[in-house]
Formats: sequence, C-alpha cells, structure tokens
Amino acid sequence: MDWQSWVIGIVGRALAFGTPLLWATLGEVSAERSGVVNLGVEGMMILGAFSAFAVAQTTGHPGVGVLVGAAVGGAAAFLHAFMSVTLRANQYVSGLALTIFGLGLAGLLGRGWEGAPLRQALPAVTVPGLSQIPVLGPMLFQGHTVLTYVGLFLAVVLWILLWKTRWGVVVRSVGESPATADAMGISVFRVRYFTVTFGGVLAGIAGAYLSVAYRPAWTEGMTAGMGWIVIALTIFSGWDPLRAVGGALLFGALYHLSFRLQGLVPPELLKLMPYASAILVLALVGLRGTWRRGAPAALGQPYARGER
Amino acid sequence: MLAQAGTSGNEDRDLVPLVLLQDITKSFPGVVANDRVSWELRSGEVHAMLGENGAGKTTLMNVLYGLYRPESGRILIRGKPAVISSPRDAIALGIGMVHQHFKLVLAHTVAENVALGLKGTPFWAPARSVERRILALAAQYGLSVDPRAQVWELSAGEQQRVEILKALVRGAEILILDEPTSVLTPQEAQELFKVLSRMKAEGHGVVFISHKLSEVMECADQITVMRRGRVVGTVRAGETSKVELARMMVGRDVVFQLAKGACSSGEEALRVDQLWVRSDRGIPAVRGVSLRVCRGEILGIAGVAGNGQRELVEALAGLRRADRGRVEMTGRDVTNASARAVANASAAHVPEERLRMGVVPGMSVEDNLILKRHHRSPFSRGPLLHLGRIRKVASAAIEEYGIVAPGPRTPVKLLSGGNIQKLILARELSGEPALILASHPTYGLDVGATEQVRRFLLHRRDRGGGVLLVSEDLEEILTLADRIAVLFRGEIMGTVSAAEADLEEIGMWMAGERRRAPQA
Amino acid sequence: MTRLGPLVVERRLAPSRAAVIGVSVLAVVLALLVAALIFWGYGVNPWQAYATIARGTLGSRHGLMEILRRAIPLLLCGVGLALAFRARFWNIGAEGQLLAGAVAASGVALFSRLPAPWLLPAMFGAGFLAGALWGIIPALLQARFAVNEVISTLMMNYIMIYIVEWLIHGPWKGGTMRGFAYTDFFPSAAQLPLLPGTRVHWPTLVLGLALAGVVALVLTRTRLGYEVRVVGESTGAARYAGINSLQVMVWVMLVSGGLAALAGVGEMAGIHYRLRSPTHISMGYGYTAIIVAWLARGNPLAVILTSFLFGLIFAAGDTVRVVLRMPFQFVSVLNGLILFFLIGSEMLMQWRVRIATKEERWTGKAGSSAS
Repeated sequence: MDWQSWVIGIVGRALAFGTPLLWATLGEVSAERSGVVNLGVEGMMILGAFSAFAVAQTTGHPGVGVLVGAAVGGAAAFLHAFMSVTLRANQYVSGLALTIFGLGLAGLLGRGWEGAPLRQALPAVTVPGLSQIPVLGPMLFQGHTVLTYVGLFLAVVLWILLWKTRWGVVVRSVGESPATADAMGISVFRVRYFTVTFGGVLAGIAGAYLSVAYRPAWTEGMTAGMGWIVIALTIFSGWDPLRAVGGALLFGALYHLSFRLQGLVPPELLKLMPYASAILVLALVGLRGTWRRGAPAALGQPYARGER
Repeated sequence: MLAQAGTSGNEDRDLVPLVLLQDITKSFPGVVANDRVSWELRSGEVHAMLGENGAGKTTLMNVLYGLYRPESGRILIRGKPAVISSPRDAIALGIGMVHQHFKLVLAHTVAENVALGLKGTPFWAPARSVERRILALAAQYGLSVDPRAQVWELSAGEQQRVEILKALVRGAEILILDEPTSVLTPQEAQELFKVLSRMKAEGHGVVFISHKLSEVMECADQITVMRRGRVVGTVRAGETSKVELARMMVGRDVVFQLAKGACSSGEEALRVDQLWVRSDRGIPAVRGVSLRVCRGEILGIAGVAGNGQRELVEALAGLRRADRGRVEMTGRDVTNASARAVANASAAHVPEERLRMGVVPGMSVEDNLILKRHHRSPFSRGPLLHLGRIRKVASAAIEEYGIVAPGPRTPVKLLSGGNIQKLILARELSGEPALILASHPTYGLDVGATEQVRRFLLHRRDRGGGVLLVSEDLEEILTLADRIAVLFRGEIMGTVSAAEADLEEIGMWMAGERRRAPQA
Repeated sequence: MTRLGPLVVERRLAPSRAAVIGVSVLAVVLALLVAALIFWGYGVNPWQAYATIARGTLGSRHGLMEILRRAIPLLLCGVGLALAFRARFWNIGAEGQLLAGAVAASGVALFSRLPAPWLLPAMFGAGFLAGALWGIIPALLQARFAVNEVISTLMMNYIMIYIVEWLIHGPWKGGTMRGFAYTDFFPSAAQLPLLPGTRVHWPTLVLGLALAGVVALVLTRTRLGYEVRVVGESTGAARYAGINSLQVMVWVMLVSGGLAALAGVGEMAGIHYRLRSPTHISMGYGYTAIIVAWLARGNPLAVILTSFLFGLIFAAGDTVRVVLRMPFQFVSVLNGLILFFLIGSEMLMQWRVRIATKEERWTGKAGSSAS
C-alpha cells in the first residue's frame, strides 16, 4: 500500500468515527457560547441513539430514525434548559442528572432490542463533483453517509453564524455578559433555551449516527463515554466550530488507531487511549495558558436579573 | 382606568412631563427600596437624584428602565400610561440607561456592542452597518471613540462614552446616568457635563444619579433627594444650598470635616522601591512605583479606576507577583512574600472586593473574624481549632466595633454592607497592625457607616499605624490623607502633602499631565 | 412578595433547616411519582409495584440486610464526595477511585503472601493509597494545568474501567477460572466476616460509620476543616487569607479518593472475593454517591441517612428485576429523576409561605416586614 492511500484510509476512517464527535461538539459549542454548560451530552447521545434505532427498525427508514433521534436529543436538552435557565439550578449537576437518567432510560427501554442488527442502515453516498478533487476528494467526500457531509458543512455554517451575523453577536453576548444583553432588550432566557435545545438536537443526531449509520445495531451503553470526550473537545477547540472539526478528526483517528493496533497491544489498554488523550490534550491547552482566553466569560453561571 | 389616562401628547408639550412616576413601591427581602415614590422628569432638563447609598435612587431608575417590576404604582411616559416590563420596552419608549457598572461585552468591539439588540441592523455583518452612525453621533455630541476598538482596551471614560452612544443610537430621549462621575477625572467629569448640556439643549431629559453634593449643584436643574426609599423633596438647583441638600439627604445636620489630629509620622511602615507589576492580561500595570508610608500617617493614593491601583495593592498584600522592585514592611523585606507572610509582618489589608475577598459570605461572623489568623494561637492548638476562644473573641469584636448581627453564628451574607465592612476592620485592626492597606474602604456604604469606618482608620493612625489608602473618591482622600500621591497608568504622577493640595493640579495628574517632577 | 388570598409568598435569604428537609423529601416523593409512569408503561400497576418493593426491602430481614449491604459502598463514597463538594471540587470520579481500591486490594490478596492476620489490614491500606493517588491526580491537573476536574475525574473512571478489564482478561486472569474473565478467588484470610446469613460485611460498615464521624469532626473542629470550608465557599477569600488552596485540595482528594477506594476494598473482600468485570463490582455506586452527597448537602453525618435511602433504592432494583422482571436500569432512571427534582426544587427553598398579617389583608398588598 502506498503512503497516499494509507493516509486517505486513515483520514477517511477518522472522519467516520469523528462524525458523531463533530456533531455533538458543535452542539456543545452552541450551548456553551451562550453560557450554558451541558454535561448531559452522553445522556442525550444515548437517548438519540436508542430512539433512532427503535424508529428505524420499526419503520424501516433510517432517515426517519435520525429525525426522531434529533427530536429526542432536543427534548432532553430542553429539560436541561428548563433546569439551568428557568430554575437556575447548578448546570453541572443538572447535566449529570441528564446523563444518569438518559443512560438508565435507554437501558430500560432498550432491553428488548439488545444486540439486534438494523434492518436498513443509512447508506453511504459519494458527493458528486467534490469527490473528484485529488486526495481531498476520496478522503472527505466518498464512502460516508450524508451525516458526515452535513456535519462538515454545518461546522462552516455555524462558524459564519457565530462570527459574521447579528445572531452571532447576540449569542456570544449572552455568553459573555448576560446582564448586558438583557439591558439591551435581548431575552437571555429565549437565547439560552434555543442554543441549548439546538445543541441537544445535534447531540441526538450524533447518537443516531452511531446506531443507524456507523454500527447499525443497538447495544446498551454504546456511546461508551463519547459524550465526555465531546465536553473535552469543546474546550480543546476553543469554542470554535471550525477547530472542532480538527479536534473531532484527531479523536476519530485515535479511536481508529485503537482498532488498528490490536494484536500489538492488549485491546483493553488501547480502548483507554482516547480518555487518557483527552486529559493530556486539556493539560496541554492549560499549559499554553490559552484555556480561559476563548471561554465565554459567563460560562456556567445562571442568570437572574439583579434582584438582591 | 383613571381619568388622567386620556391626556394626549398633542397638548402643549411643556405641560406634559416626559416621565411621571406615581406611587411606585418596590421591595427586596428585608428592605423596602422604594416606598410609594412619585417623581417627574421634563424634557430639556438635567434632573439629579441625590441620596446616600441605599436610599433607593438606583432602584427607582431600574424600575423605570424595566429591570425591576414594582409591586404597585403607575408609570406615565409623555402622559401615557406605560407598562415597562423589560429593558426592551424601555428602549422602545425612548429610555436609555448608563449603569454604574457598565453593561458592555468586553470581548466585543465598540460597534458590536452598539449593534447588540439594535432594531434594523442587517443580519450579515451588523457591526459594520452601525459604524457610520456612531461616528456621526460622536461628532454631534463630542463623544469621540473608535468604533472598531475592543471594549476591554478602552479607559473607563471611553467606555462610558460607548454607553451613552448606545443609548443615543437607539434614539433615547430620556437618558439615565447612574453615578457617572465615579470613574472620571475631574476634567473628564467637566467634559461629561458639557455633553449633558448639549443633550439638554436638544430637548433630551437627563437623569443624573449621584451622592456627591458639589457635582449635583454644578450640573443639575432639578434635584430630587431620596432617603430610605422615600422622596424627601424636589428643589431647583438655583434655589438651594449644599447645607440644605445635605440635611435632606441624611435627615440631620452633617459635619463636613472629620476632626483630624496633627500627623506625627514616625519610622517607616512601608517602603516600596521601583515596583513593577503586571495585570491579569500580562500588561505592565504598575510601572516603577516608589513610595513610603510612615507610622502615624495616611498616604492617600488618588487616581481614576484602572490605573494600577488594584495591582499595586495586590502586590503589596502578597496576592500578586511583582516582576521587579523591592517592598519592605517595618524594615523587613517582603518582596513577593506570600499573603500569610505579609500578614505576619504586621500588615493588615482591607480589600477592594469586600464580598469576593474580604469575607466568606456563607460562613458565620465568628468564622470570618478569625480568617487569616485561624492557623495561629490562640485560635488553633496544633491541628485543632479552639472553638471556645473563637466565640469569646468574636463576641468582644462584635461589641467593640458595633457590628449589628443577630448572633456570632449568623452567616455573613445576611449582614448589610456597612456591617460587613465593620467586621473586616474589626478583624484587620485587631492585631494593632503597623501598616494598613485599605482599598476603597467606604465604597458603597451609607453616611453613618462611612463616618465610622473613617474614624476607625484615623484612630489606628493616631495609635501609630501607617495607612495606605487607595480611593477613587477624591473627597475621601482629601478628608483622610496626610499626603496624597496620584497614580496614572501605573506611575506616580506626583505627591503633595494634604495641607498644600491643589485640586486642579491633582486633577491634572489624574488625567496624566505632569507639571512638577515626581517625588517619592 | 406576592399575596395569594390569605397567604403571602416571600423570598428569604437563608433557607431554614426544616425547609431544606421538607423540600428534599418532596423531591424524592415526586421522583417516585414520575417513576410510577415507568411501571405503568411496563403494564405493572404502580401501587402494586411499590407495595412489592416495600415488601421485598423493608418487609423482611433479608430485605433490610440487603439495604444495609448496598448502603456500605454508598456511605464510604458519599462521605468522601461530601468532603470534596464542601471544597467545591467536582469529584465525579468515585467510580474509578472505588475500582482503584478494588484493584489494589486484589493485588495484595492474590500476590502479597503476607501472613494471614496482616492480609486484610494491608488490603485496606493499599486500597486507600491507590484511591488517594487516583484522586490526587485530577487535583494536581486542575491546579497546575487548569484541567477541568469534572472531565478529568470522569476520564479517570473510564481509564480505570479498562485497566480492570485488562487485568482480568490478561495478566491477572485466574488459572482456575477456565475461560471466564475473573481472577482467582482470594484466600479465606482475605475475606471479611459477614453478619450470619447475610452479605453484610460489617467491618466495612463500622469503618464507614466511624469515618463519617471523623470527617464531620475534621470539618467543624480542625484547622484543615476550616480551610476546606473557606476554599469551598470563596476562592477569593482563601487567596486573601493566605490559604494554600493546592495543599487543601490535595488533602481533600486524598481523603475523598481514599474513602471511595475503601468501598472498593469492602466489595472485594466482603462480596466478590475476586476481581471481576467493573460493572459487576460497582454497579454505579460511585455515580449514585454523587446524589447521596448532594442530598446530604455536604454534611458527612447526613450522608449516613441518605446512603441508607439509596441503599434502599438499589435493593428495590433487585426486587424489580427478580420479582417484576424489569431491567435493573430502573435504579438509574429513578436516581436521575431524584437528582432532577432535587436541584429543581432548590429554588423553592428560597421562598416561604406564611399567613398574611391583618394589616396586609387590609391594605391588600404584602407589607415590608420580612426579617
């Protein structure tokens, strides 16, 4: 195998595994840019994965499954928004509760579907035109499901929305200084509900990708801590949708590598690699001192109008 | 609902007030901030709201701006009853407000801040579209500012201009300014007054919230005095005097000067040589400061906020590393010593941020009274706390400093600001410290508590303590200090003895202009 | 302040103890009501389901002892987490710290060849150290590299899970276990005594109760406890007071991780007698302990109470699985719901309802006296 097709292979597989990370990270960036941390990514992803699988299996349409997964993820995030925005509960604990609840519920409901392969998985497609680009074409625009391409496109769209539009100014302001946004007549409440719910929709799609496209089957706990890697990736990417693409690819490659190296290293030790890398990467970010520079200033703080 | 509601805006405009508040009541847990307040504002006037901290002026204006919803009362704008349930409603009615703590997104540019929430900005590149309007209004009112600058780079005075521009771009006819001069040099304040008179001439109604008598007399047409949530009265500026206003504010005659004994300066309590300190952003904030404070004297550090005061005090208190220079306290080298070592060198610190630093809000009065000393005898024996001793010392301190608290186990967050500051002073002054670093010790306190805090500091000075007093309130520095130094962009612009202090020269120094050579 | 007929609803600054307890109980009850929907969805009459659960747990000696057995690891992890939460360190890693203790205990039991009377103390000692180490790493990462502790402690859970998997599939795989992924059984000197006829390894229970008392005393009566409270309540004040936050955090995580690890040692030496799959060792005790500590509001003595409540819920999970033939995940769902209602009701505690005074009724609006 020549080096070129080797690289194409690696990047292609990294992209396949990075796609759910990308979707969920974009969702978390959306929520955190408006100042809300949602630690429930794991819970939203697993609920999205299960509901997408169940619907795809019963209807035979994987696309419908993805849409339902998105809706379920959004609903779960809406619950978090209610907790953290309206009730001003601790965002960390609310997100944890969502994860515990989501993992439990998916396990409870998914008992009967365990291990069954999906009748009809989401098909791989080739993007006409773009796939003809040398090297880049076969790497990025060939052999993936439509979710991968839309995810890449979404990263660009989200970046433009955040940095070049009125909508972006509003969202970033709510995340930097909700009191200012409020004083300028912006409903902090509405913006945060929207971004958090939107983030949940993306996390739901990320989960759906796992059970309908990547590994078309349902197994309990199939997200295996990916939701937490997403939280780390959000920080690693500096709350920037474009850099989230790089982060997702990097971790996708790590997951892929942990399959490739089997035989050389015990598989259990390979499986812990992404988690150890997540810590390592965050430590490197911290060492460079850039950790707080990109973070929205009001991240994690509930907002209440200045009542004493 | 009521007959007056039918008054239309077509009648003689001068007869209809721009704003009419009737019987506004707003309460918070434990206090009634506004108690059946009625008030009016007319166009073409600067109307000052005068009162002590906590008198309810800001609360009333926050009600008008839709930030608080009153429990009862009516608001009429241009004669029409209005329901203002959010700032959005207020903005739509032509009301703008410049808060004391600016409502700006520091990470954004000036234009982005102005464009935020502005109706009619395009979806794409909204900041670009408002740049021209910013420049036009800036020229009209004399508010120069670069629309593309990032807000965190601007001085406090410039940030204030951005706030005013934000209101003007939104077509504000009613502009509320909350304590606008607290961040300005005397000269900048004069410029602001000029801007206000231009606005007045164009028919705006300006509300000017303040607790400073002299500036209110200088710039206002009408003055409403509030005390404890109620309006004491409204007077024309030309028909009143400072003495009368002060009496209305406090409810009794006020002595303007504190009795201060002659300064008998002794040995050096603090000596700072060529100190360089960087800010959180890594920019040099203190640049080669040298100064000394003797026992028995108060050195006042004047200056506009953000000129290195915080970094200077933090470096002296052991909370921030100095890059270069030397600090000595009572002859001991404490350059870059830890906070604990500085405290052990007999230095007390009354910090700027009372609630965030000075106390642990969730912990009890007695726990807070031993903070910084908890690890030493008599409060600790080995690893154990001596709870009995702590209780005894706490009770004594509560008594001596007149801290009003339900008991020594009450969480500090339930105390008023004045009592929290008294608690901090009780703790800091208890060890008879040779040096006291005091940052904005009376900021936000009412007149009674302010007087008490100042007395405590003077008392300590008379007993041989050296005090480094940092304050943005020039009046406070003139009242308390024996010598005055002015800090500008991290440098000492000059030092004078309080007896020879020339207000104009201090003002020049605060603005960064130097006539004499600096002295240590 | 708002008036509703003869009642006045008003805000208060500090919730009373009665309000905290009342609202907490309400949260648990509401969670049980919502969980009733799940039974209903499974075609089980919720009332019958709860009656069955009550009979299976509180209604028999066996059931009560199972509650006790489940409460032991929750108690130890919960006390450690309560301490960490008091210092505002978000230790989500009790699960991994528990497993670290289990690994260390297994290593000592299987390979140390210590004389019999020393074996159990050595297992507890080694377990504590392993958990402490696993806890200190995130504390150091946070202090030195600003790595968010929620993420690092969670990642450390996954890392430890895979380490255990590796050990039981690889180097420590028992020779007597044929194809299964277990280590060999521990020698009998490495097994804790049980209450007769139960699975209650009482020495661990006694240890947990004693340590809850010790941690409570440390928090209220010692210098270190004082510093923990200051650091937890206000980092600004801690810096101002010259308290070395890093040192405090290291102590806190050493104890927090160590206590969780003791729970792991107890499970090894009292229940399983061999290292096995992480899902069988812990069943999510480390995560549930977060709720245990949160419900106890960081008070180690209250953890004793809340750990028994969640012991009951775990025991109920067994009943649900065996008698009603529903998945054990019922426990996770109920736990998540309780946590939701708990934090959601936190705002409730800041309000107080009282009967309006005559004057207020007369004027038709709420008066000024709040304090």
